[in-house]
Amino acid sequence: MAEQPERAAGKASPHESARKHVCGSARYIDDLPVMPGMAHIATGQSPYPHARITHLDLEDVRRYPGVLDVVTQADIPGKVDVAPVFDGDPLLAGEVVEFVGQPVFAVAAVSMEVAQRAVAEARIGYEPLQAQLSIEDALAADAHVLPPHEMRMGDVSTVISAAPQRLNGELYVRGQEHFYLEGQVGQAEPTEDGGIHVIASTQHPTEIQHLVAEVLDIPFNRVVAEVRRMGGGFGGKETQAGPIACMTALFAHRLGRSVRYRMPRRDDMVQTGKRHDFLNRWSVGFDDQGVIHGLDLMLAGKCGYSADLSQGIVDRAMFHADNAYFLNTARIEGLRCRTHTVSNTAFRGFGGPQGMMAIETVIEDIARAIGQDPLDVRKRNLYSPGRDETPYGQTVEQHVLPELVERLEADSDYRGRRAGIGAFNQKHRYLKKGLALTPVKFGISFTVKHLNQAGALLQLYTDGSLMINHGGTEMGQGLFTKVQQVVASEFGVSRDQVMVTSTRTDKIPNTSATAASSGSDLNGMAARDACQRVREALCEFAASEFRVEPEAVRFERGLVVIGEREWTLGEFAELAYTHRVPLFATGFYRTPKIHYNREEGKGRPFFYYANGAAVSEVTVDTATGEYRVERVDILHDVGDSLNPAIDIGQIEGGFVQGMGWLTTEELLWDKQGCVISNSPSNYKIPTAGDVPADFRVSLYDRPNNEETIYLSKAVGEPPLMLAISVWAALRDACAATTRYRFSPRLDTPATPERVYWALRECETFNREGDSGGHG
Amino acid sequence: MGDRFVRLKVNNRLYDSGDEAPDRTLLAFLRNQCGLTGTKEGCASGDCGACTVMVHDERGEKPRSYTVNSCICPAESLRDQSVTTVEGLGGDGVHGELHPVQEAMVACDGSQCGFCTPGFVMSLATLHEEVRDKGMPEHPRKAVLDAISGNLCRCTGYRPIVEAGIRALNNPDFLTRNGTEPVSGAPLSGSMEAPNEPCSFWQPGTEAELQGLLSANPEARLVAGGTDLMLEHTQLFRRLPKLIDLNRVEALRRIELGPEHIDIGAAVTYTEMETAFADIAPELVRMLERLGSRQIRNRGTIGGNIGNASPIADMPPFLLVMDAELVIRDARGNSRTEPLYEFYQDYKQTTLQPGEYIALVRIDRPRPGQWLRLHKLSKRYEDDITTVMGAFLWDAETGLRVAYGGMAAVPARAWRCEQVINYGGTAIPALDDLTIERACAALNETFSPIGDVRASADYRQAMAASLLGRACRGLKAFASGEEPEEELHHHG
Repeated sequence: MAEQPERAAGKASPHESARKHVCGSARYIDDLPVMPGMAHIATGQSPYPHARITHLDLEDVRRYPGVLDVVTQADIPGKVDVAPVFDGDPLLAGEVVEFVGQPVFAVAAVSMEVAQRAVAEARIGYEPLQAQLSIEDALAADAHVLPPHEMRMGDVSTVISAAPQRLNGELYVRGQEHFYLEGQVGQAEPTEDGGIHVIASTQHPTEIQHLVAEVLDIPFNRVVAEVRRMGGGFGGKETQAGPIACMTALFAHRLGRSVRYRMPRRDDMVQTGKRHDFLNRWSVGFDDQGVIHGLDLMLAGKCGYSADLSQGIVDRAMFHADNAYFLNTARIEGLRCRTHTVSNTAFRGFGGPQGMMAIETVIEDIARAIGQDPLDVRKRNLYSPGRDETPYGQTVEQHVLPELVERLEADSDYRGRRAGIGAFNQKHRYLKKGLALTPVKFGISFTVKHLNQAGALLQLYTDGSLMINHGGTEMGQGLFTKVQQVVASEFGVSRDQVMVTSTRTDKIPNTSATAASSGSDLNGMAARDACQRVREALCEFAASEFRVEPEAVRFERGLVVIGEREWTLGEFAELAYTHRVPLFATGFYRTPKIHYNREEGKGRPFFYYANGAAVSEVTVDTATGEYRVERVDILHDVGDSLNPAIDIGQIEGGFVQGMGWLTTEELLWDKQGCVISNSPSNYKIPTAGDVPADFRVSLYDRPNNEETIYLSKAVGEPPLMLAISVWAALRDACAATTRYRFSPRLDTPATPERVYWALRECETFNREGDSGGHG
Repeated sequence: MGDRFVRLKVNNRLYDSGDEAPDRTLLAFLRNQCGLTGTKEGCASGDCGACTVMVHDERGEKPRSYTVNSCICPAESLRDQSVTTVEGLGGDGVHGELHPVQEAMVACDGSQCGFCTPGFVMSLATLHEEVRDKGMPEHPRKAVLDAISGNLCRCTGYRPIVEAGIRALNNPDFLTRNGTEPVSGAPLSGSMEAPNEPCSFWQPGTEAELQGLLSANPEARLVAGGTDLMLEHTQLFRRLPKLIDLNRVEALRRIELGPEHIDIGAAVTYTEMETAFADIAPELVRMLERLGSRQIRNRGTIGGNIGNASPIADMPPFLLVMDAELVIRDARGNSRTEPLYEFYQDYKQTTLQPGEYIALVRIDRPRPGQWLRLHKLSKRYEDDITTVMGAFLWDAETGLRVAYGGMAAVPARAWRCEQVINYGGTAIPALDDLTIERACAALNETFSPIGDVRASADYRQAMAASLLGRACRGLKAFASGEEPEEELHHHG
């Protein structure tokens, strides 16, 4: 049944795999048929955060029934380091281990269970070394994975000391486990050319291709990396899928058989990187109206033992340390702390959320200091014409937020509810309500310029069916659906006439990771370019065959139309084919206008900004710190939406994921450096019951000023940060107990326990007055 | 090991396992033996629900369907039951008609990455089976939330899934359409009987059989729901070579509601308790609604909760204030009775001797005029392990009884605290501020909790007092007929 062959883009329509998802027929890597003799992998892991290996005896592992092969670093034929950018991530540890869980050796066996049991037979001696386990440890030891970096705008120290009011503060923001429902998994098959066909659950197939080739010391063209879909990624499969794929390739190469490596959840939670913890410290100068004169801010990210993507992540925290606010003068220092913990990595927002937490705390503290509603202080500090320069020199050109915030404030009845909450809080001794509106402005583009490129391959078959392939990967975000809509729109056909197929490095080479919310911006444009090339070829053919201007050929209603004459796309493709017209083309896109000089910390790193705001209302039980999110209103800017159903899904899903990060999801390590939040039984992502029944999400309907695909905007990451409103509302409820004279420190996640202690801090304030300060 | 096969009915077909493995999970059976890969492994610990399938219990008068986490359910334990997986509901994603739940999930954009989706579909489809039998629930949203309380989704934020669940319930076609005939019930060709070979997964039907097996196999482990035991296999990769399944021992499966006492068989599930106690102890049922998830409650048993002696098990604080007694039997059929508070010795240690098993739990029947309050604290409201659980029971005869989970190495009564409160007499609670303060001080003397992944020791200590304070205020209001103080409402 064909859907209305109108323009497919812009229409709310289901995910391209929705029917397969609900039937269980959408295949993930572990669902692929098991090849005869297939081997399965487990790794032997370091029990120490930092130690020298003194002795490694794997004889009993080798002898364990069912074991096929055992490897250590010495068995890697090519490059040992599988780091994405800066060296430092050995596939298997060498003489020294640098985090608990680091793979020391790997086992291939007839089953995953056998491999896991065999691992326990290893006898390894360690000499423990001094370990830094926290940001504080690393700061004290001056240990960094990369040098500190700074952005400056104006003379901040002079301005702050001259400002009418000043505040200092600190906030610790914990990281987050990705908890993609499909854990890390990969599979490799040796090819007849001495190469490898690797199927990986990855956001970055090209990186997998390169790493596998380097580990095996073979040319890139011997390796094909493929991914049809991931069961969730969220940044956790950008670099972290690499070692899994390399391990399968290494064993496939050695054993000459296919190999699968599916990490058990516990290994995944221990061995793969997470969102960075951040310690944020600031001093801010402002006037009596709460307008910021200058901000001096330190952002210290807990990178773990290696750099991974921490260069860009801490940079992005710095790029978002202003969030939506004009700082006037600023010094923003980014530190990349080296700790003997797993190397932290990309996670939806890529440091941006941690940077925003700092400025949102600052704004609230200012509001309490001057005795005003934080919303008024937020509004007063928003970027506006004339007050539009960011600390990194980019001018904010589209002033979306002032109007968007006004509208949300009205639509959500913020002021009316604020009054109602006052009455409620007066009446209730133990229950207190909190309310907060927070904005998000998020920069769209990879901050590494050359990554902002994409390719696509379009094939038109002679029955009129189309196949599109591009460099982006599908992790549930709906990229394949949106690209399918673009292709359908370009040819005026229905979506089901367009197949979107697995991402493969042998179809589109040299791709960027599907990350930075850029998927549809980049690949949508590349796909459109490919479509236009095929259309041009068809139009030129039509012009010469039917003696019309190429512009006279229209693709609509599933037909090719020239004046009075109509063909189905299939009839016309067949005709063109017989006239030797090429019916396939590659497309390419590079993002215009962007540039950034990192040395100077100035430029235009972002093509544009995506914006949004949220209002959250919570009720807190002050006797226990338990709370409930009662209502959430969101207004979010996606430009001209490519698919409102998918965009709303991204907004809601991002919000709830962000809410989990800031409330119940608590990453914890013990004093020996072991992750103790290592299972869903002790690391709690939100359930359906945590989502407010009253959850109102609207799209802010306004086309992008920049020339993006059909004037849409990226949507993957920005909504996560809308959840800062939940944290701010919890803090507001705490502040209510002091009649809003004091904002307690509320590190994240704001678990019931942290809320409880924040409330005790409020009690102390009520007893002793302001001397407690902002801790 | 031999030529004994597990034989299961899945989606109305018979499947054999290739070999015997008593600890093989249903998930492994479905994926590896049946090739049914629609059911996913997300965590292998019963926490995420991606492996949810529907089990049909056609024994007894009323056949019923319920969800289980197939990742921690021993396949053997379902020998004479049948299973429906996502592949058994509707089409294949390209052809065929969808089940109304599947249709609603598509229409509401309930899937993004799709990995958790089959689990949600099975939870919601099972709710449909139930609604078909029992009629529309009073609060459809609450019923949907309950059904999916053990399903995690990391992409959607749940709103569209909840909407799909409600929409499908309201689908007027649903009761009449062919596609929604009860998925169980088609006649089988072939025999369900497993070949009568020596085996290592036993399903005794009587206590005498159980006792015989215990004496012959002292090293065998007892399994009921398996929601805890199976984690040794799926998380630590240990083998469980000999298992005795308690689920078929009729005497252990009963709840006897006597006029004075209630006897709860050790193999009674939480779900069964929710039904049995709906009118007798609604406060207990409210607590049970937060114990694990629907999938866990369908399998987990009271005997398991007591026997594994976790300091944060959710049933013991309630049972302790009820002065519960355990009836414990051994392989020779000897029986002894022991108060629950004496059963717990130390962390994960009980008085249970090798060869002994918990047969049943006996409590006094809750009486009118009694006042019960159970307060569970956890990081997450649903499906989370307890940080601190406070249980408070008052009646005129005995005064206030107080017990806690999460405050010590074992679940424990707060005897000193009770003495302080009941000092002036049990009939009228004299709960002045000074008494409450003294009672809290007594708690501090009694308990020195630990800090762990769930909370700090200080928070636990503070919460014991806070929950006691709230209970005392609640009791005062109860005694004086006043409105109790308002508390957080979940699932509003």
